[in-house]
Amino acid sequence: MTKKALTADHPTWCPGCGDFAVLACFYRVLEKLQYPHEKIVTFAGIGCSSRFPYFVNTHGGHFIHGRALPFAAGISLGNDDLHVFVFGGDGDGFSIGGNHLVHTARKNVRLTYVIMDNSVYGLTKKQTSPTSPVGFKSKTDPTGAIDQPINPMRTLVNSGATFVARSHATQVNHMTDMMLRAAKHDGFSVVEILSECVEFFEGAFDAAVPRKGGAWALIEEKKHDGTPEDASRHDVSDPVAAFKLASEPWPGRFGVYYENKERKTKNALERDLITKAKERTKNASDLALLQATFAKLR
Amino acid sequence: MVSPNTPETPGSASPSTGGPRSIQDVVIRLAGNSQDGIQSVGGFLARLAGRSDQDVMTYMTIPSTISGGPSIFQVRMGTGDILSAGDRADMLVAFYQHSYDAHIGSLRPGGVLVYDSDHVKPAAEDHRFTNVAVPITSATVEAVGGTSKDKGKNIFVLGLIARIFDLDVAKLSALIKERFGGKNEDIVRNAMLAFDAGYAWPQNNLRDLFYRFEAIDQATSAHGRPQITLDGNSAIAYGLIAAGVRYGAGYPITPWSSIMEILRTELPKYGGIFVQCEDEIASVSTALGFSYTGQLAITGSSGPGLSLKMEALGWATMAEMPLIVVNVQRGGPSTGMPTNVEQSDLMQAIYGSHGDTPRVVLAPKNVEDCFYISIEAARIAREYSTPVIILTDQGLSSRIEAFDEPDLARLLVDPKADLSERPVDFKPYPLDRPTRHAPAGSKIASGKYPTVTGLEHDELGHPTGSPKLHQQMTIKRREKLKQLAATLPAPELTGDSAGEVLLVTWGSSWGPGREALTRVRKVGVKAGHMHLRHLHPLPNGLEQTFARYHKVIVAELNDEGPYGYGQLATMLRARHAMPNILSVCKTDGLTFKVSELVAGIAKHIESTELDATVGVARHSALAKS
Repeated sequence: MTKKALTADHPTWCPGCGDFAVLACFYRVLEKLQYPHEKIVTFAGIGCSSRFPYFVNTHGGHFIHGRALPFAAGISLGNDDLHVFVFGGDGDGFSIGGNHLVHTARKNVRLTYVIMDNSVYGLTKKQTSPTSPVGFKSKTDPTGAIDQPINPMRTLVNSGATFVARSHATQVNHMTDMMLRAAKHDGFSVVEILSECVEFFEGAFDAAVPRKGGAWALIEEKKHDGTPEDASRHDVSDPVAAFKLASEPWPGRFGVYYENKERKTKNALERDLITKAKERTKNASDLALLQATFAKLR
Repeated sequence: MVSPNTPETPGSASPSTGGPRSIQDVVIRLAGNSQDGIQSVGGFLARLAGRSDQDVMTYMTIPSTISGGPSIFQVRMGTGDILSAGDRADMLVAFYQHSYDAHIGSLRPGGVLVYDSDHVKPAAEDHRFTNVAVPITSATVEAVGGTSKDKGKNIFVLGLIARIFDLDVAKLSALIKERFGGKNEDIVRNAMLAFDAGYAWPQNNLRDLFYRFEAIDQATSAHGRPQITLDGNSAIAYGLIAAGVRYGAGYPITPWSSIMEILRTELPKYGGIFVQCEDEIASVSTALGFSYTGQLAITGSSGPGLSLKMEALGWATMAEMPLIVVNVQRGGPSTGMPTNVEQSDLMQAIYGSHGDTPRVVLAPKNVEDCFYISIEAARIAREYSTPVIILTDQGLSSRIEAFDEPDLARLLVDPKADLSERPVDFKPYPLDRPTRHAPAGSKIASGKYPTVTGLEHDELGHPTGSPKLHQQMTIKRREKLKQLAATLPAPELTGDSAGEVLLVTWGSSWGPGREALTRVRKVGVKAGHMHLRHLHPLPNGLEQTFARYHKVIVAELNDEGPYGYGQLATMLRARHAMPNILSVCKTDGLTFKVSELVAGIAKHIESTELDATVGVARHSALAKS
């Protein structure tokens, strides 16, 4: 499958928007994965970045604000053969959809969630978002934001997401690598990508862009090779270490914060329930099952 | 007040010298606390009636408190058609003083009061009833012994009732053993001890207080199929399973929860999944996700939860995604009266949500219909690719009725998703054909994959700001309902096909409506009864039926509002512009009594010019009937 087969409508984003790079990397990810075309689903809620499914030629949908995750959970659980990707922004994911983020993580539904975080409401033209830093001047905070922003990495680790990574829209190879690993992860995998809104929050993420004078700090993952330098590397299977790493001052580090390969997905647990129920009922046909139930009601 | 089907009711006549007196039906109200197991006694009686080919209907209130609190169960059983749970009780069993105080008013004069003499002191000056003192608590303790205290007094009362009404002990014992079997052997033994003690009691103490149901007329009992006994919520859950629904999602709320509990337990056996979600919005969203994979899904709730689902239901209309939504109505607004009945969500079901959101709303008329309407809802949702709301209510949710076992082999729907390859000219939203989505997982021959969307869109699902397309797509979505309306059967109409009054009911008021019609016609009023199951869209041609009656009286369990008309009456007036459409409304949290409907009809008839010609005398009789 080529990029040509995967492109659909031309994006409606503003020139210079970080989301273009995310889209380009996503095509690369799909090219590498070579899933059967009809088994890929791209899904989203509402926001600039949530227009994503219109720009990818796969099965997909555009749902209501903040609720893409529970819808996508239905897709993933309804047909285990599908590869489900959800796209959205910080308002959609951390604010109106915050409850669903926590519970989809807790349940470990098998799907990949890419959050394009621009720290501002762009589609509605510059209001404070749940990741806007304190002091950010917006139309809803003309004298500067006063509420503490959400820390996405800490929230995700704490909620039980089994793959949590962070990237930056200017780092094309890193972004591709993170999305690829997320897609291959068997569970609820999330990649937060800092993606600048050039229109309403220019320079928001310059602190992590070397050519703008910032520092691009990668997470070094533990290799378990017994070398002395390995001791100081990050153990991605350790949620406490991930939480500490996520508490570093802005702009923080980029890479995989947490990865849990042990915990069963909700998909697998539901399959187990079905298997056990069918064992108990000796694989009885639907008709036999319902007739037996009604016989007990006589 | 005499029950119409009761030639001689308990305690109504002078003591007979012969054997048990013959009766057609009886209304027994059990009043106690919720932990006393009153519901299970009612359940036993209902299932026994079902197994005996008798008709049965129950009515239950459960307090919304976590444990304890007053609770009642009313069961009406008999050999004729039982259409309502009965206005007033023929027998009241009072477990406590508060049960007596609160419910003695529901016992008809001449009825039998059985009270636990360990707890209740009836008013000495009240001679309206046959009072029967039974030390229920101490007799149970004595019979069962051991450490179980008064646990089992519900089963003692069951034995007592079995003796008084000459019920089939073998069948009842079997039911008790089925219910408690599998648990500790002691529990079955204690239950049977309590039952036997209750059954033995009347022989020594009740003298001639014995009744026997009239022999069942073979013609009416010749059911082709055995009877089953269940409540309305279970009937919906099993109806959905029969309809091939294998996926769903929900959030607990009274009185909807038992549907999701059944589906969560049952669906895995059928290879399906029911997800308990974090909230109502996630539930409707997850259910829509299931539908998107080609498996028609179900979500549900009660009034406040339906409000939370409304934005997603707007999306489902726009994206033309099939879905079944069950709304078990309760008293509102807000938390309101969560364990009481109301029919005040009709407008919400039809018009709730933002924008123009045509959707289908159906209401079952009784427990049996809860099963069949679920199958119909699934058929409509698939055929028209649209959300369908089943508007049931708290009264039906917990009511137990007996009815003929459905022909499952004929009704069962195969739930397989259609993942076949779609042709080159596939369009998700064609303007000239019904929408048939290509579920995720199905190949599209053109290589162009569709986006399901809540934005206004063209035929291929691309977002559009075109005024013309928005108009065309709005018409398409509306026309689906008009096409459905054209296929709907004429609503059930009984009684006189023309006359003074047409009583119109919907939902759980069907039974009381039918009984009210019988009473009204008995005193000579020419009247008909129409019951509506399809509330949106309404069947066509109602105005022709309405025109044959002087008054069309719509009875519903909601408030008449500032303009004096209930929710269905408002819609019928809006559609048909007929000033003779009138309302009988109430919001006391209880289902209609037959007498309330009769009184409501009498009030409206007396207010017409018609009075002069038909005579006042008859209406006085009507008001008294």
